[in-house]
Amino acid sequence: MSDHASHAGHEVHEHPDWKQYKWVALILFAITIVEVWAYYIPAFVASSAFVPILLVMSAVKFSIVVAYYMHLKYDNRLFIALFVGPLFIAMFTITALLLLFGKL
Amino acid sequence: MTTYASSAPEQTGIWSWITTVDHKRIGTMYLFTALFFFLFGGLEAGLMRVQLARPNQAIISAEMYNQLFTMHGTTMVFLAIMPLSAAFFNYLIPLQIGARDVAFPRLNAFSYWVYLLGAVFITFPIFFHIAPNGGWFGYAPLTTNQFSPGANIDFWVMGLQILGISSLAAAFNFITTIINMRAPGMTLMRMPMFTWMSFIVQFLLILAFPAITIALVFLLFDRFFGTAFYDIAKGADPLLWQHLFWVFGHPEVYILILPAFGLVSEILPTFSKKPLFGYNVMVYSGIMIGFLGFGVWAHHMFAVGMGAVADTLFSMATMLIGIPTGVKIFNWIATLWGGQIRFVTAMKFAIGLVGLFTIGGISGVMHSSPPADLQQTDTYFVVAHFHYVLFGGSMMGIFGGIYFYFPKMFGRYMDEALGTWHFWLTFIAMNLTFFPMHFSGLLGMPRRIYTYDAGQGWEKFNLASSLGTLLLIIATAIFVINFFKSRKGGLPAPQDAWGAATLEWSIPSPPPEYNFARIPIVTSRSPLWDLKHPEMSSGAAHADADPVQVASANAVPLREETEHHTAAELGIPMPLNTVKPLLTALGIVIMFSGLMFIHLDHFALAMAVSLSGAALLIGSLYAWLFSPLE
Amino acid sequence: MSTATAAATHDDHEHVHYTTTGLDNRKIAVWAFIGSECMLFASLISTYLIYKGRSRVGPFPHETWTSPTGEVFKPILNIPVTSASTFVLLMSSLFMVMALAAVENRGKPGYGGLKGNSKFWLATTALAGTVFLGFQAFEFTSFVHEGLKITTNLFGSSFFTLTGFHGAHVTVGVLWLLTLLAIDMKRGLTPKDTLVVDICALYWHFVDVVWIAIFTLIYLIQ
Ligand code: HEM
Ligand SMILES: [Cu+2]
Repeated sequence: MSDHASHAGHEVHEHPDWKQYKWVALILFAITIVEVWAYYIPAFVASSAFVPILLVMSAVKFSIVVAYYMHLKYDNRLFIALFVGPLFIAMFTITALLLLFGKL
Repeated sequence: MTTYASSAPEQTGIWSWITTVDHKRIGTMYLFTALFFFLFGGLEAGLMRVQLARPNQAIISAEMYNQLFTMHGTTMVFLAIMPLSAAFFNYLIPLQIGARDVAFPRLNAFSYWVYLLGAVFITFPIFFHIAPNGGWFGYAPLTTNQFSPGANIDFWVMGLQILGISSLAAAFNFITTIINMRAPGMTLMRMPMFTWMSFIVQFLLILAFPAITIALVFLLFDRFFGTAFYDIAKGADPLLWQHLFWVFGHPEVYILILPAFGLVSEILPTFSKKPLFGYNVMVYSGIMIGFLGFGVWAHHMFAVGMGAVADTLFSMATMLIGIPTGVKIFNWIATLWGGQIRFVTAMKFAIGLVGLFTIGGISGVMHSSPPADLQQTDTYFVVAHFHYVLFGGSMMGIFGGIYFYFPKMFGRYMDEALGTWHFWLTFIAMNLTFFPMHFSGLLGMPRRIYTYDAGQGWEKFNLASSLGTLLLIIATAIFVINFFKSRKGGLPAPQDAWGAATLEWSIPSPPPEYNFARIPIVTSRSPLWDLKHPEMSSGAAHADADPVQVASANAVPLREETEHHTAAELGIPMPLNTVKPLLTALGIVIMFSGLMFIHLDHFALAMAVSLSGAALLIGSLYAWLFSPLE
Repeated sequence: MSTATAAATHDDHEHVHYTTTGLDNRKIAVWAFIGSECMLFASLISTYLIYKGRSRVGPFPHETWTSPTGEVFKPILNIPVTSASTFVLLMSSLFMVMALAAVENRGKPGYGGLKGNSKFWLATTALAGTVFLGFQAFEFTSFVHEGLKITTNLFGSSFFTLTGFHGAHVTVGVLWLLTLLAIDMKRGLTPKDTLVVDICALYWHFVDVVWIAIFTLIYLIQ
């Protein structure tokens, strides 16, 4: 922690720029379209690839909002720890509960 | 023991306490309130032991007995031990890290008021015989309307919901404080062990409480709005509550013990005149415990039939968690090893914890094995286990902490003679009370029964437990006498009352409102020993003065501060007193209380009360956020 | 170094307190809060998924249900409508970053006109949030009309509670945004207020990512 003391008093603000914001919005939009589209293809919905692929798409959306809009990618590492640690425990808990209730 | 510093002129009067935002005053209020509830919970236990002293007694009705054990558990966990720990968080964390206050002083006051009001809310029904009666873990569906009509459980659901808000708010505050308010040079690996353990506890709080919050929301909705979460007739799973509760519940037991571990880790080195053995390992094992603590919850549910795979995994994880716990015990013993031991009362309690907690830890590992647990679960054996860890562990540590920090808080020592009586009586009485429960438990005596037949071999064990309880009450009375007597008439204590190593002992006792006139620059784990007993800290890791870059104009190398000034004289801006946190807390409690009228079929009244509570909440919150801190 | 020393002089009215990491307390607290919220929504989402397919009576999310009396209930989730509201919420995140950029870069070249108009972006973000809530109100009322109440079955209880909790978070966010907007109108937000907008933005985006998870797990996966 003490290594951060050197820039005490002012924040490091390297926010992504407008171009990136636009790209992120575009990707979010595009993935959402693909997701909804996939929902309307019965053959795909019935296949075993449906759930994993949807989860991956959702995870991508989740990650880019966190990384760029919440500028975690550019911010202090401390914030990454504060977010990813709890997120990990939360996902572990969901998974464990679903296993325990025979849902996975 | 030369410098006697008297306290600076302070604000006085009840209003100054109601509006205070000073972490030391808030800590003191936590201490008094929580000690009150500790006594209250103890009396509830006393009544239960009277009833159980002999077989087939009818001193207390079965219904009242249910209310007593429910409220005893709830009180001790949520109104006594957690807030006693919070008293130390409040008082000590800023002092130990060299800060003038916590990160959010007003939020801190808010936490206290929510706690106090929530505690009153959940406690007063017992005087009307409508106290919660579903056990401290409130298993649903037992606690749904169908099986628990009446307002009893409503008080419990809403009371815990309110208390959760207090704990969460405090946890965000302390996380920020510890990350961001440390004095220059106070790196994470130089923090005192109490601060470290508290740091871990705050993360357990923010991650464990949401689970019970949601479980309680479901129960509240089931009870008030007829949802189906715990309604078996509608297909609900009776294990849902159990899982959500214990996802919270197991981390909660570490929330209860880690602060005491921290206190003991301050006391043992001080009275052994040796640095804590294996500081790093202590930190890592604490983190391990906190982390693994989220993966063992279902060991409370071996009896429900989760299947071999789940049982095995949770059993293994539980046994695993015994390892970091054991590591700590060995580290404490090694700290004592070869030390110059001073057997003062605080030290007695600390060593008491090491011994008694270990017994509880061992019975814990015993019921981490599912086949063994099937014999033990829901018997007095489990009661013995958790009282060894909670009384023998948490309470012993907290008592030690009180004897140790009393001079810092009030500028006077507690009486050693009375303290010694208190310790030995407690030690004997606690074993007399809880050790026989191992036997009655293994002989099959279930927990939570209000009476039992003679001839099952349980009589002598129960009688012993009841006698032990009587002795415990006497011991506690001695403590209370000692506490109040010493506050006014104890021996005056200098700032460094015990020759300890950490920052809180470098400032006057009691500390001035601003804590540190100059923020100290920290260069090692035992800064005060570096200053006063360089021979003791030489050779210890991190002992070498490491040049810190001074990041604040106010920071100076550590020195003992004896003079007293006012903050104004020193030009230190202090946060302003304010009543808004109290009003905000009041708003929350009124908002919840309003719901109670729904069950009395006063829907309009319920809405009116709840909405006015919400209005008070929002109004005072805005007033708070838009008024300057200092 | 020197900035920090200057920051510690107390007669400076806009003084910044010394902090260990150089970060602002409020931002650390908000991230810790967001961490805690992960567990809150994890508990809600787990419950929804655990109870999925366990309701004894319909209506159901993705399947048609014929009641004992012969009444036919179609799958209740309305994907087109929810896709639209999802889109609105996603876009609100874009407006939010625009608002933050406008406040942070106030007066800098390239931030004139609409791009630098923080009031506009704050207002559109709040508006998008309100539209989302409007969609939710529409969804809830139409569900009730189609026979799904919070008391009907396990699906109703867990669905309304989960999405209702999310909606409550959006509501808080809208109030927060409107408060910022009011401040902006009254005295104008300046680059010094970046942090205040930033923590609101963090909360807002978090509520958005929670919805990203909900949309996939609850609406799309059958
Ligand atoms: C070595 C570490 C520990 C292990 C392996 C352990 C294991 C267990 C297990 C397996 C149970 C369930 C018994 C049953 O209901 O059948 C249990 C219950 C309990 N433990 Fe521990 N434990 C440990 C430490 C602690 C600590 C440190 C505390 C609190 C300070 C604690 C408090 C409790 C409580 C309160 C219960 C009973 C909850 C109830 O049913 O009301 N334990 N423990
Ligand atoms: Cu446990």
